[in-house]
Amino acid sequence: MTMPALATYALRLGDDALVLSHRLGEWVTNAPQLEEDVALANIGLDLLGQARTLLSYAGEVEAAGRTEDDLAYLRDEREFLNVHLVERPNEDFAVSMARQLLFSTYQLALYERLQDSADPTLSGMAAKAVKEVDYHRDHATQWVLRLGDGTDESHRRMQAGLARLWPYVDELFGTDDVEQSLVADGIAVDASALRAGWDGYVDGVLAEATLTRPEGTRTPPGGGRRGIHTEPMGFLLAEMQHLHRAHPGASW
Amino acid sequence: MSDRTTERDWPLWEVFVRSRRGLNHQHVGSLHAPDAAMALRNARDVYTRRSEGVSLWVVPAAAIVASSPDEKDSFFDPAADKAYRHPTFYEIPAEVQHL
Repeated sequence: MTMPALATYALRLGDDALVLSHRLGEWVTNAPQLEEDVALANIGLDLLGQARTLLSYAGEVEAAGRTEDDLAYLRDEREFLNVHLVERPNEDFAVSMARQLLFSTYQLALYERLQDSADPTLSGMAAKAVKEVDYHRDHATQWVLRLGDGTDESHRRMQAGLARLWPYVDELFGTDDVEQSLVADGIAVDASALRAGWDGYVDGVLAEATLTRPEGTRTPPGGGRRGIHTEPMGFLLAEMQHLHRAHPGASW
Repeated sequence: MSDRTTERDWPLWEVFVRSRRGLNHQHVGSLHAPDAAMALRNARDVYTRRSEGVSLWVVPAAAIVASSPDEKDSFFDPAADKAYRHPTFYEIPAEVQHL
């Protein structure tokens, strides 16, 4: 399958948002308090809105007649282009809050720059979403501070949550020919240029939360942008897609 | 950060929303949160996600001093039969508008 670079890029960002949205949806009725159920559902719905715009646009650019639903529900695992971080299981609340901090800090930096994209759909999506993601990062920051600098147990679990997901950080800042060809046209953001700002923010939160920055990465990092995923991704897709596949065109 | 609670059950907060500039904050409900900063964020998510407001207050429910139902008679009944406290005995000149 050869897609235009722009369609691939829109899919990558859209799949990040879609898959994380699904993971956050899994917290509904399971969060520590009802208020947190609502907060995580809100964040998930923000991401779902971004995903809809991006997937629809990918389908439009691809010009093969695929809608947002076709792309969300009828692609197989190897066609999903999200980073591994967003597909990792929720596990305990601290792991999920670590994921929110690591990902939303990256996504905010990305969208801030994407607002200046030469592509009006991408810049428009980013300009709207940047306010949403600013809140997502704040929400995650508040939790990481409280869990890290809370009780011995919450500190231990927050530190463990960070260690669990740290190997997936490097992938966020990977770049390749698809991205670089669009960077040259002023359309895409060079993800590798986001690292310094990300480090600055995350290190600041970890220090205030009395947490230690973990080390380590997967070797080689990544694969998600090429459709290579970790084991939980297949289970996630099975749950996300089974209704639509069992009842094609179902709506309510 | 000793002000951050470590209680197992989060305290209750009362939420007030101002729906537009110029209006008063109105009580809309309550929620649980571990501390004031999180209460404000929870209030944002629970009570303003459909564009209900432009400003939020959260107040610890424990900080509210309420009148007691037992005191209802002595507190409120004496006001019931004092019609002269209402400004209804003035003749209003016909020229006065918007009153």
